[in-house]
Amino acid sequence: MEYAYYPGCSLEATGKPYDASLRLVFQRLGIGLNEIEDWNCCGATSYISMNKLTAYALTARNLAYAERMKMDVCAPCSSCFTILSKVNRHMRWGEEHKDRINEVLAAAGLSYSAKLEVLHPLTILVDFYGLERIQERVINRLEGVRVAPYYGCQIVRPKGRFDDLEDPQQLDNLFSALGAEVVPFPMKVRCCGGMLMTSYEDVAVKLNRDILAAATDAGADVIVTTCPLCQINLEAYQDKINRAFGTRFAVPVVYFTQLVGLALGLSPEELKLDEMVVPLPEAAVRRIEVHA
Amino acid sequence: MTTPAPAALRSQEAELRAAFWDQVATFPDGFKIRDCIQCGTCTGSCPVAHAMDITPREIVALFRGGFLEDILRSRSIWICASCYACTVRCPQGIRVTDSVYALKRVATRKGIFPKRFPAHALSEAFVGNIHRFGRNWELWFGLKYFLATRPTGLLSPDIQRFAVRMLRRRRLGLTPGRVRRMNEVRAIIRKAQSIGGL
Repeated sequence: MEYAYYPGCSLEATGKPYDASLRLVFQRLGIGLNEIEDWNCCGATSYISMNKLTAYALTARNLAYAERMKMDVCAPCSSCFTILSKVNRHMRWGEEHKDRINEVLAAAGLSYSAKLEVLHPLTILVDFYGLERIQERVINRLEGVRVAPYYGCQIVRPKGRFDDLEDPQQLDNLFSALGAEVVPFPMKVRCCGGMLMTSYEDVAVKLNRDILAAATDAGADVIVTTCPLCQINLEAYQDKINRAFGTRFAVPVVYFTQLVGLALGLSPEELKLDEMVVPLPEAAVRRIEVHA
Repeated sequence: MTTPAPAALRSQEAELRAAFWDQVATFPDGFKIRDCIQCGTCTGSCPVAHAMDITPREIVALFRGGFLEDILRSRSIWICASCYACTVRCPQGIRVTDSVYALKRVATRKGIFPKRFPAHALSEAFVGNIHRFGRNWELWFGLKYFLATRPTGLLSPDIQRFAVRMLRRRRLGLTPGRVRRMNEVRAIIRKAQSIGGL
């Protein structure tokens, strides 16, 4: 299994722990991640709010380079995943749409056939690699860890590869297979507000309060996320949320790949768990390692 | 079928509507917005409807009534966080989120924004980063956005705490990731603009 890897901009900064843990987990499982050479930003929700053709053509530049590698694309950031998928669907909608994007790409000496698949690492792990094979590699079962599986919006909607768009099960099944206790989490596909934390902070803090409350009410020790924007909103703003609402949240919010990595025997340091704002309680980490 | 509109539309409104239909033509099932039955599933599914001055259902109703300019001046379209909850639940198969993007593009083109409005500056700061580096340098994006909208915000303890926290954890990204072949990025942008992309 070899994939063209599109890290996206967040994974170079606030999402570094996601990048590091994803690479290590895939390496341990023997799944190849080959970074797309000289990739550019997908434009996220901003560029398509201003000019769609430019936004799509810039995104297609990355897909054109991936196509030269003859590999499907692995995109860990939900926003990148959605935009790359949208460009694929747009170019498959009709020849004239594909031609128009290619007319623009030609100015950079590039072209793209729209034949690659854009995949989120969760899909690659659970649906393609398979839970049974992952279980065979488990060194530390996540016994006694109560996990709230947070999918967020954009890997699920509008057209993610999930069994159910309202109540997807891939993360639930993954962590159950690793020995964790997956708590009932009705906010699993609720929006964190994305960039609203910058533009309309009052709106975003309320969304995140509701998600954190649902996780703590369910007794979760940790929320696992699949997206750098969800992660930063839910984790780094907890003190602000606590001040705004008089709450006392101190919930660790980690990338799903970090917790999978612990189960596969990687160390908390190499998984950059020490770079999180709300640390995973040492007791929980020890509990995981005791079950070795 | 065209949406019934009042007989005497102001010319500005007619022009805006034409621009909106042009945008709707750029995505699959865009024209299904004409099939809206005003059931309100979109509004009921929207996690931020409570903060909107015009709800998603009302956007369609007001559009039909000939009030597109008022829609563009509302903060609603910029509060949409693109979570697609409305899109997957709409019983008529309307691409609600894509339609909101279409509205954002019309607003951007025509320069019509709500008062005291941060979200447009956010898109500008983001796109400016891409034009400069090819990637979004998060730190520069944040600085530019705050300088453009509320410079005093940079002095707030919240922002400083956030920056220090990320810096300590080596998650601030002190230097930009850069695309090496920026000539390709610039050529794509120039070409897309020259063929008049929507």
